Amino acid sequence: MNTATHSVDNTATKEDRKVMASIRDVWKSFGDREVLKGVNLDLYEMENLVILGRSGTGKSVLIKCMVGLMRPDSGSITVLGKNVFDLNLKELNDLRLQVGFSFQGSALYDSMTVRENLEFPLKRNFGITNRSELNDLVIEALEDVGLAHAVDQMPAELSGGMRKRVGIARTLILKPKIMLYDEPTAGLDPITAMEINELILHMREKYKMSSIIITHDISSAKHTSDRVVALAGGVNRVEGTFDEVKLTKDPELEPFFNY
Amino acid sequence: MKVQKFLLRAADIFRFLFRVVKSFFTPPYEWKEIVRQCYEVGNRSLFLIGFTAFIAGVVFTRQSRPSLASFGAESWLPSLVSQAVVRSLGPLITGLICAGKLGSNIGAELGSMQVSEQIDAMEVSGTRPFSYLVVSRVTATTLMLPLLVLYADTIALLGSFMTVNMFNKTSFQLYFYEVSVNVTYLDVFSSLVKSAFFGFAIGIVGSYAGYHSGKGTTGVGKAANSAVVISMILIFVIDLISLQFINLFRQ
Repeated sequence: MNTATHSVDNTATKEDRKVMASIRDVWKSFGDREVLKGVNLDLYEMENLVILGRSGTGKSVLIKCMVGLMRPDSGSITVLGKNVFDLNLKELNDLRLQVGFSFQGSALYDSMTVRENLEFPLKRNFGITNRSELNDLVIEALEDVGLAHAVDQMPAELSGGMRKRVGIARTLILKPKIMLYDEPTAGLDPITAMEINELILHMREKYKMSSIIITHDISSAKHTSDRVVALAGGVNRVEGTFDEVKLTKDPELEPFFNY
Repeated sequence: MKVQKFLLRAADIFRFLFRVVKSFFTPPYEWKEIVRQCYEVGNRSLFLIGFTAFIAGVVFTRQSRPSLASFGAESWLPSLVSQAVVRSLGPLITGLICAGKLGSNIGAELGSMQVSEQIDAMEVSGTRPFSYLVVSRVTATTLMLPLLVLYADTIALLGSFMTVNMFNKTSFQLYFYEVSVNVTYLDVFSSLVKSAFFGFAIGIVGSYAGYHSGKGTTGVGKAANSAVVISMILIFVIDLISLQFINLFRQ
């Protein structure tokens, strides 16, 4: 663990739980700008881990590295027991099927309807072509997020909150073991943000997933987290439950909780 | 630093090109998407190519006629026009129009998908976006350009026939008999092969520009713009190289 980290002691509970993903001494820079400077993290089974930090601290970069969208300069990332950067393309794609990624801007395919958005990964990955089977899976995923009525709408016709939900449904349809949420409540009104928070908790219960939630929304972090890791200066500076982390005296992080 | 940047970009382009060519020979193929893209590429360009080719046929015939008439060689018009259209005018007009229309379309479409993280979303859901988005588009442009060139040649020759017919009453059969006598298999074959390379260049440049588009709307605009400019330049370069190559066979 990085020397700058003040890990809050909850090891007794950690030891009993299976590690789903592990990040060790990850460094990443863009040109001369070092974003991550030796981050260490573990994600445990059925845990909601919130990564908190100011904009530009490399939170999104970190989870993009976890699914191989970016490559760190050094360090290792193990997801479901596999080192992400030792895998060939086929193995990486197989791993990605078990790791869901909900994008900040939803990233819905805007030339397809909501139904086609959800059918796309099923057809491409599992070759499912049976109409009624596809329909059942799509409707089930949309019912999970409360949007079964929007099945034939285009993404452009949906509100920001609805787009987030459809994005989450499209990811959940593959029944991932780990879910990565990139700023799930960014740009949403407080009520819709609270609905998304509830959805994250509900999905964890239903699918028994582990989740990493990237956010700078304190209310979302408080609501959804089992454990919080606060990133600052390119390292995981403080770690613990939300109430523990909130008491930090770290000059970079304290204003975050007491703004 | 600039040299290093240039070399890195060149290596990146080469890798992209290699990946596309490798995908041509590596199943599974995206048949459904290829057919859909072929329809988009062909159908969307028909009117513009037909319209431009017709006008080119009319204008070229009208401009050539006085020169030939001064030598009393008006009967050579079908020969002159058909060779010019099949060898150069048809492929060039089709290539340039497709570079503008399809190149910008592919660059902007893939660019906006890149900017809005749709390509990343496909990537992380294991759906192999490269083969679905890039290879299918490059295959479609490569396959459809020769067909569009045949279509453009036919329309241009029809325009030429109508112009000739206005001045000298010439039958349709006689005009196209002259065309068929003067255009060789080598002319047609080389023109089709050349246009397949035009299509490949348009597809690959548009896809590369879109796939590596910068962030924001400016990035998408730049992707569309560079797709058009670079593919137009490549079309002229391919035309020049193919001319040298075909001349070897003619000799």
